Amino acid sequence: MKTFFFFFLFCMLATSVKASNIVYAAEVLSSVDSLSNSPHIRTIAASCAACHGTNGNSAGITPTLAGLDDGYFITQMLAFKDGTRPATVMHRHAKGLNIDEINLLANYFARQKRVTNLPPKSEKLQAAHE
Amino acid sequence: MNNIQRRIFIKSTLKSSLVLSATGVLNACGSLNVKNANSMGRVVVIGGGYAGLAAAKYIRMWSANKIEVVVIEKSSQFVSCPLSNLVLGGSKNIQDLTFGYDFAKKNHGITWVNDEVTAVDAVNKNVIMKRGDVSYDRLIIAPGVDMIYDTLPNLETAQNEIPHAWKAGWQTVNLRKQLEAMPDGGVFVMSVPRAPYRCPPGPYERACQVASYFKAHKPKSKVIVLDANPEITSKKVLFAKVFNETYAGIVDYRANSIITELDVKTKTVKTEFEIIQANVLNIIPPQRAGKPAQLAKVDNVENRWCDVSFLTYESTTVPNVHVIGDAIDSNLPKSAHMATNQARICASAIVEIMANRSPDPSPVFANTCYSFINDKEAIHVATVYRYEANKKIMVAAEGGGVSAKPSAQEGDYAQAWAMNIWSDVLT
Ligand SMILES: Cc1cc2nc3c(=O)[nH]c(=O)nc-3n(C[C@H](O)[C@H](O)[C@H](O)COP(=O)(O)OP(=O)(O)OC[C@H]3O[C@@H](n4cnc5c(N)ncnc54)[C@H](O)[C@@H]3O)c2cc1C
Repeated sequence: MKTFFFFFLFCMLATSVKASNIVYAAEVLSSVDSLSNSPHIRTIAASCAACHGTNGNSAGITPTLAGLDDGYFITQMLAFKDGTRPATVMHRHAKGLNIDEINLLANYFARQKRVTNLPPKSEKLQAAHE
Repeated sequence: MNNIQRRIFIKSTLKSSLVLSATGVLNACGSLNVKNANSMGRVVVIGGGYAGLAAAKYIRMWSANKIEVVVIEKSSQFVSCPLSNLVLGGSKNIQDLTFGYDFAKKNHGITWVNDEVTAVDAVNKNVIMKRGDVSYDRLIIAPGVDMIYDTLPNLETAQNEIPHAWKAGWQTVNLRKQLEAMPDGGVFVMSVPRAPYRCPPGPYERACQVASYFKAHKPKSKVIVLDANPEITSKKVLFAKVFNETYAGIVDYRANSIITELDVKTKTVKTEFEIIQANVLNIIPPQRAGKPAQLAKVDNVENRWCDVSFLTYESTTVPNVHVIGDAIDSNLPKSAHMATNQARICASAIVEIMANRSPDPSPVFANTCYSFINDKEAIHVATVYRYEANKKIMVAAEGGGVSAKPSAQEGDYAQAWAMNIWSDVLT
């Protein structure tokens, strides 16, 4: 994990030397936060959206993951993984992820703001549609 | 360890071609002008289906609105294929699955163009539509599928009588009406094309939905499934059990059955083994990447599907052109959830590339696909996929699999899946 982080930092520094047209937005993030913000974790988290909504804000029925306590998230995912918490599909997803990913996903979702995501409003099918 | 990380933004990478007048709308007949102060460049997305919508939204989100996104969609409404088999079963209306595209203009600062793409000039990075054209730094093609009528040419012009209903819309309504009008004791014949095709479990879900309707309202009627494949291609054990038990005496499944001839007037089909006359006939034709992929010449696999990198979804033949969704050549199921997954890996990679960083070298995503076996109960197949660097493809991780049996609880989760994926791509 550490090595990966330093590699990450190195890449960013390397970029800053190369490109002169870059400005830095002052944004302070802890190392875990910046890892869980990585493309790797944000895309896994986004993959959950089909059932748990954009950025973990469910549009209905399934639990909202945004703002969830990270410790709780990790315990539940590990319980799905080893089968101690019964599930219809969640054990399959938990088993496919490694511990680092579960930890970083916990951090990612804990940092998401709770917002209301609604399903879109349905409407009449227009005559002109295929 | 409390390190300070700084996020990098590109101040200005505008090429002169992108500095256009600030109207943000399409001229009556001409090039697209978009206001783009402080932009990292422009991505044009062809197709506002599951894949294209997800790509557009997530590029805006992850680039903190620094990348301009233009979506070109020929339809003015989004009609969901997922859950459309339930219209045939009678538990949903087409209206339940039909949505407007208003969100795009309102929520994410996407430039929306309701037009049809007629040509792609990849050399000059320009997309030509019926009523104008637009240039891009990167192009995403998300066109879904086109039907192939090569082996049954008379099917194409008979779409009123024999709708495929493999793109949700009026064809779905038409097929439902035919089922309603069919007398009890009638025969519904449907065919499954050889894999790969859009939505592997979809045809078997359809057979269940029609059987469920017959069982309740027309119990003397039959469903004959003519499958071009040697066996059920998805959730096999579960569907086989439902056919044999829940719909015993109604569903008649026949493997290795390819329709070789069609008589439209009498709705009679011929396979290698038999001649069958149907009251209601539903032939699902073989498919290929949609027209825009053909126009851009990225459909390099058997002139049918598009070969892409699974790190960026960039075409392996045409640079700066990415392809996502059903149109790509892959071992991944052609599902809506997959389409959105590919879209987000592609979006994330484009954001990184346009910020002069490297994309994730080892993407991971999950797929959950539900099928309804009646109006309430559903079954799933769920799998996590991880990039395998040696093979350069996405490989199923351990732990994936299917439901033990159909349940109403999974039916509720399937509804939740639909609500959430619609919310994700449409709001
Ligand atoms: C009956 C049925 C049931 C299904 N059930 C499920 C399910 O339960 N779960 C699941 O995950 N998947 C399901 N699927 C599969 C799912 O519908 C597809 O995988 C998904 O739609 C693929 O998304 P896409 O964006 O690649 O294509 P599409 O959603 O088809 O989007 C393509 C878009 O491109 C536009 N377009 C095409 N050509 C042009 C052009 N020249 N100019 C402008 N625009 C253009 C089209 O109008 C369309 O809006 C089902 C499919 C069917 C048929």
